[in-house]
Amino acid sequence: MGDQLMNWLIAVLQTILFVALAPLLAGWVKCCKCRLQNRKAPSIFQPYRDLLKLTYKQPVVSEQASWLFIKAPYIIFSATVLAATVVPLIAVDLPTSATADVIVMVGFFAFARFFLALAGLDVGTAFGGMGSSREMTISSLAEPAMLMAIFTLTMAASTTNLSLAIAHVLNEGLVLRPSFVFALAALILVAVAETGRIPVDNPATHLELTMIHEAMILEYSGRHLALIEWASQLKLMLYGVLIANIFFPWGIAEVLSIQALGYGLLAIMGKLAVLAVFLAMAETLVAKMRLFRVQEFLSFAYLLGLLGMLSHIILEASR
Amino acid sequence: MNIEQLDFYTQAILSMAALVGLTSFLMLGQGRLLRLIFVFAMQGFLLTLTTALAAYSLDSHHLYISAVLTLVLKVILIPWMLRRQVLKMAMHRDIEALKNNTAVMMGGASLMVFSYYVLHPIVQSSSIVMLNALAVSLSVMLLGMLLMISHRQAIAHVVGFMSIENGLFFAAIVATNGMPMVVELGIAFDVLVAAVLFGIFFLHIRTSIDSLDVDLLNKLHEVDK
Amino acid sequence: MILVLAYSAVLLSFFSGLLGLLMHQRRHIRLFSRYWFKRFPSDNERCQPVITACLEEKRFPVLLRQAVFVLLGLSGVFAVLAGLSVLISKEVVTDQLSLGLPWLPWHVRFDCLSGFFFLIVGIAVSAVSLYGPGYVNSYKESQHPFAVLSLFTGLFVAGMLLVLLADDAFFFMIAWELMSVASYFLVAFQHENSANRRAAFLYLLMAEVGALAIILGFGVLAGFADGFTFDALREAKLSTTWASIAFMLALLGFGMKAGIVPVHVWLPEAHPVAPSHISALMSGVMLKVALYGLIRFCYDLLGDVHWQWGVVLLILGTISALGGILYAMMQTNLKRLLAYSSVENIGIIFMVLGLSMIFMANSQPQLAALGFLAALFHAFNHALFKNLLFLGAGIIQHQTHELNIDMMGGLIKKMPKTSVLFLIGCMSISSLPLFNGFVSEWLAFQTALQVDVLDNGVLRSLIPVAAAALALTAALAAACFVKVFGLIFLGQPRSHHCDKAHEVRDKGMLAGPALLAGLCFLFGIFPGPVISLINGVSGQLLGQTLPNDATLGWLWLAPVSADQASYAPPLVLIGALIAGCISFWYLRRNPATAIRRAETWDCGFGGLTPKMQYSSSAFTMPFRRIFAKVWIIDERIDKDMHGAMNQDVAAVHYQLQIQDHSWPRLYEPIARGVNNTAKLVGRIQTGNIRVYLGYSFATLLLLLWVIS
Repeated sequence: MGDQLMNWLIAVLQTILFVALAPLLAGWVKCCKCRLQNRKAPSIFQPYRDLLKLTYKQPVVSEQASWLFIKAPYIIFSATVLAATVVPLIAVDLPTSATADVIVMVGFFAFARFFLALAGLDVGTAFGGMGSSREMTISSLAEPAMLMAIFTLTMAASTTNLSLAIAHVLNEGLVLRPSFVFALAALILVAVAETGRIPVDNPATHLELTMIHEAMILEYSGRHLALIEWASQLKLMLYGVLIANIFFPWGIAEVLSIQALGYGLLAIMGKLAVLAVFLAMAETLVAKMRLFRVQEFLSFAYLLGLLGMLSHIILEASR
Repeated sequence: MNIEQLDFYTQAILSMAALVGLTSFLMLGQGRLLRLIFVFAMQGFLLTLTTALAAYSLDSHHLYISAVLTLVLKVILIPWMLRRQVLKMAMHRDIEALKNNTAVMMGGASLMVFSYYVLHPIVQSSSIVMLNALAVSLSVMLLGMLLMISHRQAIAHVVGFMSIENGLFFAAIVATNGMPMVVELGIAFDVLVAAVLFGIFFLHIRTSIDSLDVDLLNKLHEVDK
Repeated sequence: MILVLAYSAVLLSFFSGLLGLLMHQRRHIRLFSRYWFKRFPSDNERCQPVITACLEEKRFPVLLRQAVFVLLGLSGVFAVLAGLSVLISKEVVTDQLSLGLPWLPWHVRFDCLSGFFFLIVGIAVSAVSLYGPGYVNSYKESQHPFAVLSLFTGLFVAGMLLVLLADDAFFFMIAWELMSVASYFLVAFQHENSANRRAAFLYLLMAEVGALAIILGFGVLAGFADGFTFDALREAKLSTTWASIAFMLALLGFGMKAGIVPVHVWLPEAHPVAPSHISALMSGVMLKVALYGLIRFCYDLLGDVHWQWGVVLLILGTISALGGILYAMMQTNLKRLLAYSSVENIGIIFMVLGLSMIFMANSQPQLAALGFLAALFHAFNHALFKNLLFLGAGIIQHQTHELNIDMMGGLIKKMPKTSVLFLIGCMSISSLPLFNGFVSEWLAFQTALQVDVLDNGVLRSLIPVAAAALALTAALAAACFVKVFGLIFLGQPRSHHCDKAHEVRDKGMLAGPALLAGLCFLFGIFPGPVISLINGVSGQLLGQTLPNDATLGWLWLAPVSADQASYAPPLVLIGALIAGCISFWYLRRNPATAIRRAETWDCGFGGLTPKMQYSSSAFTMPFRRIFAKVWIIDERIDKDMHGAMNQDVAAVHYQLQIQDHSWPRLYEPIARGVNNTAKLVGRIQTGNIRVYLGYSFATLLLLLWVIS
């Protein structure tokens, strides 16, 4: 019983860590991007300051808005936090990952997105509708690609429990799996699309022709905006951790000792820092796509996922 | 059989097979000629790596020669020739609007399944790795054909043809652990000659119909419609 | 005992139909009651004033309507009870009724499969009967007589229940036809509109063609058996070819009723024109009865399934799921949209059923049971949320007289309760976690992921692709229902009607959907009971149940094993509540930051009008471009030019027409073919009576020659 309690405690701690570290990652990406573009970088703690500032401001809500608009940020934030509880950050084999598997995690993302899109439609402006429409389009193309990539992993590990799957990859040692190469590539493309980064969406602009995520949350202010921003930072981190811990799980704690956990924390921070550098480089090098090029981008991701699946079935597990 | 139980060489070969398959898909969906040629060179490079890997693990020296040959011919010489051709005809800014891109891609994926299905009874007796590698090389060949069918530019046809040859070559390396030297040399020069011939051929098409769009060859039809 | 419950459900629905016929017999009843009281004055002293009061001119119709729906509701409750009791006791009850043909009495069999579908029908009928009285009030008695509606509703429900009870082919077909024909009259209820008549005719035509296919399917089976009872048909030994032919016929027949692409075209025509509570029953329940027929035919009567059938179901299901949701997305008529979404959900069910067949034929009974579980659970869920959505659409139509979602908007403030119920329906159908739709979709994914056990390479590569298509379907469904909810309830009202709308006053009209919404949420959090009920069904039908991994406790859902996948919705709910409350509490504690209301930001131009909002076709424009080949799109933009040099645009007219591919590709050729054949046949009809006599004579000669 004591052990169980300890496990749950660590799971809660991990979730808090997840939520707390997300703005740091966003700050680090911004910092890297600035350096790469020869600009002076803000402190990597700037996102924290922004969030704090927003929570102290008085939220201004449109007269047209209904209760859904006001409640949506809390729902979005909670759904994203729930998704974060499922993903192993510093340790595998925590009880939370048994309560919901990877399909449920995708479901949480869908949940958050559903309300975000509804909130965009609630005020009744053209911007909100535009954002919702585009977001739903992109996500509905991204979701199958993502599930395809994840299915490749789960079929290789024969479990949809993320924690067990990561443990499986970890125990297997270094195996060159062609399917994982494809799945990794597909997941990266999906992550770029889902977290609204260049070349799919630009988080730093409010230009009407290009914006997707920003268009939906245009009406939000104050603490509501803070929650939504935080949720999207959390989502970025979630995808980063997924990529880092599934495909490069080394370093994650398998036993629940202080030492192993600390080591796991350092490992994941290091991995995320490297991933963020790559993200910043990609965002600097690649130009934003037209909206109707995104489908090609995502169908390529889907194709990669499909190839990953086929090569798993054809190359790896045949009998 | 499971992939964890295989040795590192086989795992590497399988990964290479997957990547070669991927380059075939990339070529299939590529509308820009220069990028097509670049991906083709990448495929050649992967073949070189595979050959070198086979040479290293099988410890057969003549495979090194064939690796070098592949590198020179398929990664450097032929892509360079094609690239020069494209630049000379100022086609490097053209984007070919591919019709039914998604359908072609899905067709490609099903071709991969199909080739696996076809080879399944044939290679029942030999090892699994062989089956997989052969399936991939067969699908590379079929995808090359599909590339030629779906693209209109003559240069894309040449690339498709060459990638068919790449598929054969891959099968030869993996399945037979390298052919006799003479055969390999012969094939290498065949390819070179083919490339040169295509170059001349381009020249003729261009002088006669003023374009490299093979659909325009319909003009040569004798009966007036 | 169980059978008594089942019979009383049937009889009650029957009587509710008959009771409606009394609508115009008020005078006769009054006369009769006077006579009765005169005859037996002693024991009816207290009843007399009550009954006379009931027979007053004003109160009588209202009371009668309520009585009809009370009977219908009781029938639903009895159906639920019957279903539950047979599912819990896991018995098989058989009986014979001395009705029907002299040498073939009606055989009745009530087992777990029938019981489960009884449950579905019962829940839906109960909800509808709560909802009905308020809804039918809006019909004018002179134009749309209540007697007709109630009679055919009763017969329709009775027909569905009898189909589930039938144990011989004749009884089955009689019940099936009762169901089809009664529902035809219901579709044609608002027959003053020619489009409605056309839709009803199309429905009848397809229902009859389907019934023909089913009869032929039974015929093939009966050809190898001695007799028409299901027991005899079970014993029939068919060769693979004949079994496959029987399967294809059954698939055609039941698929036509269930609405599989490409034989789905009656659904989007018939559902919008029927009264809302009837379309709720048709979409939520009647399609499930067709599913029941298919399951009964394949798993029970044919016995050993072949994996090729599974592949057929899988492919058809995938096409239906994707096609259904893509077509649904383009609709602007709410009920039409819901009808197409039924096609999608039936597609999902067929897909999973196909998976189950594939696993069954590859001797993986446990995985077959998993697929079966997912299919039945999705059928159950679909009955709940589709009913809910149709009833919600009925409320909206009732209050705003509008079904075009481009004309709605802002209803969340006018109709707060309805909006919450509708939102729950939308979330369930978009398969979001915490709701029941997600659980069955999760189970479907789990089934598809077990593909590793199969040997066949083609199947191994086909199934993951189908799984990805399922993911695409789910994502598109979410997009579609964001559109539906967003355009109907959010934003600003786009029409005068919606601006003036208000919440329904009738409590029953809210109670019916509320019951369904509550069940959607309840079974989303605690799917365990339903799963154990379905386990009973698969235990009886497939001889295999799932060991829901008990090591994790009853809160967890672990269909295969805890190592492979697990899901604990109650814990997820608790987690969500904790996360939501913490963030809410933390952010709300500063009183200085109370919300300030202000005008919507209009980019500084001023004057935001409702017309500036995204419309349905605007919302779906990206989809229309990406999946352009799925529809036949006719898009026209005309500009009215005026002014100097004719260069100023005065007005822009935008027209968009979207058509189903199946009409020009499949139905119009068939229609042309039928017409041409009819013309050929018409040639022998010369109109001259002597020629006709000659035909009779020739036939007579021919027959004589044949028998000699």
